[in-house]
Amino acid sequence: MGKAEEAKKLGLTDEEYNLIVQTLGREPNDVELGMYSVMWSEHCSYKNSKPLLKRFPTKAPHVLQGPGENAGIVDIGDNLAVVLKIESHNHPSAVEPYQGAATGVGGIIRDIFAMGARPIALLDSLRFGELDDPRVKYLFGGVVSGIADYGNCMGIPTVGGETYFNDAYKDNPLVNAMCVGIIRHEDIVRGKAQGVGNSVMLVGAATGRDGIHGASFASEELSEESESKRPSVQVGDPFMEKLLLEACLELLKEKWVVGIQDLGAAGLTSACSETAARAGTGIELDVALVPRREKGMTPYEVMLSESQERMLIVVEKGHEEDVKRIFEKWDLYAIKIGEVTGDGMLRVLENGKIVAEVPAKSLAEGAPVIKREGKRPAYMDIQDLDYSKIEIPENLSEVLLRLLASPNIASKAWVYQQYDHTVRTDTVVPPGSDAAVLRIKGTKKGIALTTDCNGLYCYLDPYEGGKQAVAEAARNLVVTGAKPLAITDCLNFGSPENPEVYYQFEKCIDGISEAAKALEIPVVSGNVSFYNESSSRVIFPTPVIGMVGLLEDVTKHCTMAFKNPGDIVVLLGENSDEMGASEYLRVIFGIQGGKPPRVDLEREKRLHLCCLKAIKEEILSSAHDVSEGGLAVAIAESCITGNLGFEGEITSDIRADALLFGEGQSRIVVSLKEENLPALIEIADETGVKATVLGRVVPEYFRINVKDSKGGFKKIELSVGEMAEIWSKSLERKVEG
Amino acid sequence: MRCAVIVFPGSNCDVDCFHVWKEVLGQPAEYVFHKEKFSPEDFDLIILPGGFSYGDYLRAGAIARFSPAMDSVYKAAEKGKLILGICNGFQILLEAGLLPGAMMKNRDLKFHCHDVYLKVGTADSPFTNMYLPGEVVKMPIAHGEGNYYADADTIERLKREDRIIFYYSDEKGNITDEANPNGSVENIAGILNEERNVLGMMPHPERCAEEILGNTDGKRLFMSILEYLEGRVKIGKSRRS
Amino acid sequence: MFNAKIWVRFKNGVLDPQGAAIKGALNHLGFEAEDVRVGKLIEVKLKADNLDEAKAKVRMMCEKLLANPVLEDFSFEVVEESI
Repeated sequence: MGKAEEAKKLGLTDEEYNLIVQTLGREPNDVELGMYSVMWSEHCSYKNSKPLLKRFPTKAPHVLQGPGENAGIVDIGDNLAVVLKIESHNHPSAVEPYQGAATGVGGIIRDIFAMGARPIALLDSLRFGELDDPRVKYLFGGVVSGIADYGNCMGIPTVGGETYFNDAYKDNPLVNAMCVGIIRHEDIVRGKAQGVGNSVMLVGAATGRDGIHGASFASEELSEESESKRPSVQVGDPFMEKLLLEACLELLKEKWVVGIQDLGAAGLTSACSETAARAGTGIELDVALVPRREKGMTPYEVMLSESQERMLIVVEKGHEEDVKRIFEKWDLYAIKIGEVTGDGMLRVLENGKIVAEVPAKSLAEGAPVIKREGKRPAYMDIQDLDYSKIEIPENLSEVLLRLLASPNIASKAWVYQQYDHTVRTDTVVPPGSDAAVLRIKGTKKGIALTTDCNGLYCYLDPYEGGKQAVAEAARNLVVTGAKPLAITDCLNFGSPENPEVYYQFEKCIDGISEAAKALEIPVVSGNVSFYNESSSRVIFPTPVIGMVGLLEDVTKHCTMAFKNPGDIVVLLGENSDEMGASEYLRVIFGIQGGKPPRVDLEREKRLHLCCLKAIKEEILSSAHDVSEGGLAVAIAESCITGNLGFEGEITSDIRADALLFGEGQSRIVVSLKEENLPALIEIADETGVKATVLGRVVPEYFRINVKDSKGGFKKIELSVGEMAEIWSKSLERKVEG
Repeated sequence: MRCAVIVFPGSNCDVDCFHVWKEVLGQPAEYVFHKEKFSPEDFDLIILPGGFSYGDYLRAGAIARFSPAMDSVYKAAEKGKLILGICNGFQILLEAGLLPGAMMKNRDLKFHCHDVYLKVGTADSPFTNMYLPGEVVKMPIAHGEGNYYADADTIERLKREDRIIFYYSDEKGNITDEANPNGSVENIAGILNEERNVLGMMPHPERCAEEILGNTDGKRLFMSILEYLEGRVKIGKSRRS
Repeated sequence: MFNAKIWVRFKNGVLDPQGAAIKGALNHLGFEAEDVRVGKLIEVKLKADNLDEAKAKVRMMCEKLLANPVLEDFSFEVVEESI
């Protein structure tokens, strides 16, 4: 087979192959071709997405590190900074859910400590098909235990995330893992191979044949053949990673450490070429020096292996023994495999003989950008739903119970109780609330963490959906009392070669950018995952927004649970007549359509100011974002988690089901002592937010009366015990039943 | 009072225990790496923290017991020093034979992380003298292998000698199967050795020892230790004899 | 060189939750399993002067580390590696 043909088989286009030949001034050999094919895959090169990602706002005074490094970093004062990154592990998890998810968690943790930070929290954003499918159950169970076993062993609390079920994800589940770390400013290290003559060392696990071409695998659609590609999936060893973490953090205190980089997708090839490219240097290494787990590995296999729990370290010449001493303490090896050179080449030797020699920059950053044109999907032109044809159900109490039983709304305790979320003793607000809150020891501060995205919204209107994901993630933080600081995004889409998918991608990015600019929250890191589709379906466009916020005084945090009988319940924000894309339409009528709710960013911003001020002045007992399931579900959740009831009356000319279950945006349900009401009204007036008294917190029962101006009357009447039983047990019953 | 927190490869609650003793109680604390030995006189309290020592790959706690630091722990235990094993630390104490019985996977095979109610079995110990006997407290658990097992004779003896320190219970103190998170025999959550100076328990008192974390029920366990070490309470054999 | 295969199982009478779960799954698939017990298979390659010494070493490994006598029984077979 000719080289050009082989290149094609490895996924390189003719244009890309010609560029390689031109760059090298000759045909690449097999090793070089393998290295290029992985580094120039979408997964490593972002060749389909790069130009669009530039649209994100990435700068702000508190941003210490924006996109382009292992993770983003933002300042939180007190000489401390928060490090954050989210990453997908969708394809590996679809084939081997346990190991796929576990190694996803392992990879994202390494990204955080590669910056020198101590990882302090994990979040997981998960999407699966409907749970009545046995394979979905298997995938779901496997992913959850994979995350649990890895994160729990590491002693990093898994404090939040989301779990959604929709047939759109049946063949292609989404497993996005986010990690957050904390670091002192002076300890920040970067993935740069600086200083000619400095030593390049490999530490951690030995290298085996795992995951060769994993990055290319992630850049393909899932098919029957994917099953047979099982060897591509790596096996994780959290114990090894825990040792690696401790050893690396000990090492990174030393001044003579120049750079550090995680070996993730494309293994040594990517770690070497990226660190060299960032520093404008080269690296020469000998694969014969790389400790192996298996016999007879070729240079090609060593360079492309994706064996987990390995790091590349660059140290000043002469400190190799110091590195070894630290790693030996943790029973790990550290081996010098090469050194930094000045010629910009990544030169791979085997026992001194050159087996590959390519410009590091070309490998890491040279993939030609692919300009694509999007095409507005035909389904978007379908007329909005005719709501007059949807009759309001007679029994709205039953509707509420059915919504509370939907796995998309019901408690996710079955999931997060398998994750250690209290280790490190920083978890102030555990999973199950709008956002998790962690204290920062040694300060008065706290951080709030969340992930959010509604794939159905993004499918029906990618631009509005992108906007909404940012607005809601921010709102999740705001209701805890945290000011949003930064975004890390995980963009999960189908094949970019499909113009309709590309359109979704572009519009989601525009929506995210618009909201991020308006709410002044920079994007500091992220990840793109394309080709999330099978022969029968493409996933919903799912740009997951991970967000971090700051509480100046963590003792003033707020939670969603009602606290005191007698408290007044107030809605901040305005009800709207929006019912499209709601969980209500999906669960009760089986309709996934209509226009998703629209976010008015100006209004959203004012709402945040209002809520933050009210929490800061300590006048609120609880605050909860209105999201899936609408106002009725939001109030019900505050009741259930507080083990209290609600009684209230709403007068409105919005049709009753849209009012109760519509997912209109920019709304927060708060409760407060009656004497604080004037103060809240004052803050609301000041910030231009509508505040409407809905009712009162009462013991045990839940009653909402809805009246309109024409004398119409509807009601919901339930016991909180009954709601709680359904909400808290429904997911478990679905999974284990 | 000086506390040593032993750091095994894979320990991950070491910093939490250290934090509580040092910052919450204001007492001196030190980490002791598993490769180091120490003298029984060096410390008043030795904590074996939670985590996954050696990945728990063979059996939870099975490998850690062979580390050099454990030799010193055996000696300290013999000299009557207080040894507190929490979670993985409890598993290590069982494997090491400092406490009777063994630990199995939770009966539903899942990791459990949530609050549990505990009925105080005995307050007559260096670890629980600030609780009332029969009192119900709340503490978080976080383990996959907390299903305590011992044969009937051993259980009988533990009861007779008043060595069961906590039982999993409901909020009202009823010891029911429903309140048992992991299948432990007789709902046992923690036990003492015969001399009452070694405690192993699955719940995490160090995770509920500060106001900001919403629960301070665990703080009293550490305060009990301090009360005992500073000679303000007498317990166990000395009282009975 | 000797190859040892060591099986570690729960003692009779000790509840085996993994076995129970697998039994449930097997029965669900229509295999009517009467009883399922889950154990571990540990393969060890070791040096010894003769078979008896190898067996003695393996027995010690089991007693000291590989099995927990409170819960588990062990059995093993040792064969000399053919060159």
